[in-house]
Amino acid sequence: MNEPIEVGRRESSVLRISLRTAAIMLAFTLVFTAMMAGTYKATEPLVAASALAEKLRLIGEVLPPAQYDNDLMADAVILPPQAALGLDDETRLWRARRNGGPAALVFEAAARDGYSGRISLILAVGADGRLLAVRVTGHKETPGLGDYIDPKKDRNKTRPWITQFNNLGFDGVPRDKWRVKKDGGRFDQMSGATISARAVTNASGRALAWAVENRDKLFTLPPDSRFEGKETP
Amino acid sequence: MSMYKDIAWNGLWKQNSILAQLLGLCPLLAVSTNLVNAVSLGLATILVMMLANFAISALRALIPYEIRIPVFILIIAALVTVVDLAFNAFLHDMYLVLGIFIPLIVTNCIVLARVEAFAAKNGLRASTLDGLMMGVGFVWVIALLGAVRELIGQGTLFSGIEMIFPTLSGIQVLPESYPGFLVAILPPGAFFVLGLLVAGRNWLDARSNQRVREHRLHDQHPPATTVTA
Repeated sequence: MNEPIEVGRRESSVLRISLRTAAIMLAFTLVFTAMMAGTYKATEPLVAASALAEKLRLIGEVLPPAQYDNDLMADAVILPPQAALGLDDETRLWRARRNGGPAALVFEAAARDGYSGRISLILAVGADGRLLAVRVTGHKETPGLGDYIDPKKDRNKTRPWITQFNNLGFDGVPRDKWRVKKDGGRFDQMSGATISARAVTNASGRALAWAVENRDKLFTLPPDSRFEGKETP
Repeated sequence: MSMYKDIAWNGLWKQNSILAQLLGLCPLLAVSTNLVNAVSLGLATILVMMLANFAISALRALIPYEIRIPVFILIIAALVTVVDLAFNAFLHDMYLVLGIFIPLIVTNCIVLARVEAFAAKNGLRASTLDGLMMGVGFVWVIALLGAVRELIGQGTLFSGIEMIFPTLSGIQVLPESYPGFLVAILPPGAFFVLGLLVAGRNWLDARSNQRVREHRLHDQHPPATTVTA
């Protein structure tokens, strides 16, 4: 007669311990999630300001501020994902103007065929259809081998590899010659590390062609409107 | 006092997280392609290990034994997130260099291992010191690994230091014509160099054990049992 009662008691104490443990786990989760959320909220403005400064610094590398006189950050167009640019996400394209006339387009692109993953680029294309400059903003290429596409890692400090694209347009280098020399094109690559150079060269060629094709439309869209080009998922 | 000495010796050599425990290999092998990256990850790891050991030691009375591991992981992940955000907000220049390494620390099981093996059972001061010393032990080995791989792979040392100290630049140790040795920089090179370092440690330990044994035989003491780490 006594047994069922004892079993019942034991079960209820097991249940109590389980509930207590679960409650403690829940309390820890809440406290530490609150800590993370609090830190996120507290640092958000500072992080956003740093990210904006970083973006302006990157833009400054491809387009010196002396070349335009408008408020670049305010004169942007929203770009839906563009297959020609290798982008999966919505990005912004900034329009530089001088004396009210178009000066340059600044936008991001990506090469999906790097040696290890995608290579992110930022480009400035002049209103005359020349590629003013291109810079690598993120990559995972092999350190010491393929990372010369980033001028910070390039051993040639006087004339880094990526600067050979500066101020070139399809009038100077025909579209079908916009390749690395190994593929029969015009651009140098480092022996033994062709893949990184090929990825950047081809991506910048595709991006330049896209910008040349769409530049009139891109310059005339009202600020903060969406660019509705040939949208591809 | 001797307890603190033991903690330091364990972290730096006897229980060294890499050479003896072989823990935290994922970030270790991925990041040790050059000296500057290696030391950067190491310094960030020291910070997180000290914080994690301190926090768990302080909260150890509140954590039920049965769910200690999920709680530890929760606390470590939260601390790493907070450190990541704080670096991004307040030390942005340093974040640009160290930023990519901080999330990697979560994958370093040495943090969880020390929390479980030490901080959950010891006081605040001893636990924080243990985090520091295990971290320093991690730094010197990953620095050595990074230096060897960079030297063999590229012929340089300190390349990339200009990202931390803009006035400094890397040193070309081997002649400019050195073609480089790619394998050292790729993952297999990391395993080769790590294997050599572990072998070197075992050799040094075996030699000192041998000395102790000979010394004891000489003094007519009974043979000592070998000490295992």
